[in-house]
Amino acid sequence: MNKPLNKRIDMPLQAVEARNSNFDEVALGYSPEMAKAEASRCLQCKKRPCISGCPVGIDIPGFIKAICDDNLPAAVETIKNDNILPGICGRVCPQETQCENVCVFNKGGNAIAIGRLERFTADWERNNKSEIAPVSKSPATGKRIAVVGSGPAGLTVAADLARMGHSVTVLEALHTTGGVLKYGIPDFRLPSEIIEEEVENIKALGVIFQLNTLVGKTQTIDELLERFDAVFLGTGAGLPIFMNIPGENLVGVYSANEFLTRVNLMQAYKFPEYQTPVKAGRQVAVIGGGNVAMDAARSALRLGAERVCIIYRRTEVEMPARREEVEHAIEEGVEMIFLASPVRFLGDEKRNLKSVECIRMELGEPDSSGRRRPLPVEGSQFIIDIDVAIVALGTTPNPLISQTSPGLKTSHKGTLIYDEATSRTTKPRVWAGGDIVTGSATVISAMGAARRAAADIDKFLKTDEGKAGQNWLKADV
Amino acid sequence: MARCFKKIIELIVYKILEKQNLATNVYLFRIKAPLIASKAKAGQFVMLRVSQKGERIPLTLAEWDGAEGSITIVVMAVGATTCQLSRLEEGDKINDLLGPLGNPTEIEYFGTVVCVAGGFAIAVIRPVIRALKEAGNHIISIIGVRNKELLFWEKELEQDSDELIITTDDGSYKRKGLVTEPLKELLEGSRDINRVIAIGPTAMMKFASLTTKPFGVKTIVSLNPIMVDGTGMCGCCRVTIGDETRFACVDGPEFDGHLVDWEEFMSRQTTYLDQEKYSYQCSLGTGEKHHG
Repeated sequence: MNKPLNKRIDMPLQAVEARNSNFDEVALGYSPEMAKAEASRCLQCKKRPCISGCPVGIDIPGFIKAICDDNLPAAVETIKNDNILPGICGRVCPQETQCENVCVFNKGGNAIAIGRLERFTADWERNNKSEIAPVSKSPATGKRIAVVGSGPAGLTVAADLARMGHSVTVLEALHTTGGVLKYGIPDFRLPSEIIEEEVENIKALGVIFQLNTLVGKTQTIDELLERFDAVFLGTGAGLPIFMNIPGENLVGVYSANEFLTRVNLMQAYKFPEYQTPVKAGRQVAVIGGGNVAMDAARSALRLGAERVCIIYRRTEVEMPARREEVEHAIEEGVEMIFLASPVRFLGDEKRNLKSVECIRMELGEPDSSGRRRPLPVEGSQFIIDIDVAIVALGTTPNPLISQTSPGLKTSHKGTLIYDEATSRTTKPRVWAGGDIVTGSATVISAMGAARRAAADIDKFLKTDEGKAGQNWLKADV
Repeated sequence: MARCFKKIIELIVYKILEKQNLATNVYLFRIKAPLIASKAKAGQFVMLRVSQKGERIPLTLAEWDGAEGSITIVVMAVGATTCQLSRLEEGDKINDLLGPLGNPTEIEYFGTVVCVAGGFAIAVIRPVIRALKEAGNHIISIIGVRNKELLFWEKELEQDSDELIITTDDGSYKRKGLVTEPLKELLEGSRDINRVIAIGPTAMMKFASLTTKPFGVKTIVSLNPIMVDGTGMCGCCRVTIGDETRFACVDGPEFDGHLVDWEEFMSRQTTYLDQEKYSYQCSLGTGEKHHG
């Protein structure tokens, strides 16, 4: 058979002129013809490196083959065996560093567009529900599990355990499900309907969602352990990091978490129909170089800012954001200021943010992250006039859970100590996965950890292993 | 499964059991919320969202009843959310209610404690007064309202406290003037005042703190900044306490009034003044009508 080895097929995007003023999805997805053409580029190679590149181990060649064969129900089923959130992952996974990175075609820069095909398959499912058989479930075990947090880790563990026949209740602090998917990722990258739809699929497995429940305050883990056989913590990394520089509490300085929560979770871009306001800003500076910084900058642009710049202390090469996100941001008009770092924020007499003073940086020797360490250039201060600043320098786990749960040990970074193979924490019958143990990372790595946890919880519950706490992770691990 | 599901639904359907109009524009709501009621302590708050498109706002608890599974909040209808809330009736449901949040008031035996409340914070200082009283403290309550029409729970406060002083800005009832005046007199008097707790409008808490500062009497205030999630996630409610930035939602809401950077706090409270006015106008009488 003649396999075309030419370039991968681009995914249509909303035109730049239109998209930088609306919150509709930027990437429009493959047409069936495009998907089939892209899928037919796959060699179906024996080694299948892509599967090992996927943190949840999706049978990638399998679902791609099903697309080639025009058997989309089979493609859906193949993906869903390992990933209950394909519409989400197809959109926000960094495939270029995972499955696509190890694709044999990647050397020529033309890896099979696995993410786009996953997204295509998930979107097809959403529009053709009746053609899909319901996901199979094992007989009821009578075991009850509480899952804390409804982000990527919580949703994955809930779905896996429900399919294994356990009764699962998910406790969520906010008024809606999805966690960081909902409050952190803007609609133009991950529309709310996609999250809602995939959560509905999990509800269809019998999973119960209890919203407005802050574990640690509304209910404690010890109380949950009285009513449930196991508890999984997927509460993420929700505490924003600030710079602790002068002027950081001026009116107009936001954490990225606050800015994005207002815009995404509370839909402030539809104010006053939605009642939560946000300061749109005319001149906006976003501090940081990750995906969250890109999301914040692109959101600010869509809210009508005249100028949006990203201030990053290293160069474009070191930026942790996905290449695609950086490109989209630049195309839309976000300005990049590299090798600069804020020193202080300046305000007017009413304490409204007026400008930010930055200092130039240069790159020295590599630091512990392997990236070259930025060093300030003396006397190189300069001022940028801004009325909104968004600090996007990462997050750490919220200390609430560990503070209110005796026996749960944390590292100096605030992350929970756990056993990587089983996802067990230092507290018997409590598992954890996702950002709460790793610090802020990706959706799919959280899901991978969640799948390992689900497997271990299932094993534990079915064998009644270590009922008295024996064999449990020792606190000094 | 069905039974379990029903049970959980009962835990999270926030039905209004009782509504009272306590004073001009001031409303009391007793709401079904068993999980919150079973955990609540004096000084804690809830985040409330009236409707699907509504804002999340923090409200300090006025009362709770673990046995009945209810909490009580008191609001003054001044903004879009509180006006919308004030139009709800008994039997209606609140969309979302999260809590109890924040740290409880520090309750122990201090000796003589002056509890100062302004405006509709009369409602939220009551649980603090009762808990402190129970711990053996002698309670002197100073309640300040703009005028007689805004006063409520006078009898209750009289019962809860050992001494009660009421002031009105316009002199329409009891003593004319601000709460800081009797507060200052007490501090200058011969009795030992061991602690002051001030809850109410920001200006009142600020001036109460300024009044007590020269006397070196520890003064606790309950800050009410703008919040979004109320769980420590966004940092919207950050306040400077001494040299440190703290989040009022998880580190507070009560702080040492002498250490609060009041100027900063007041400026941050005004962040959305224009939008709040606009939103309020939009909500007036138009309910869920769409704009823009």
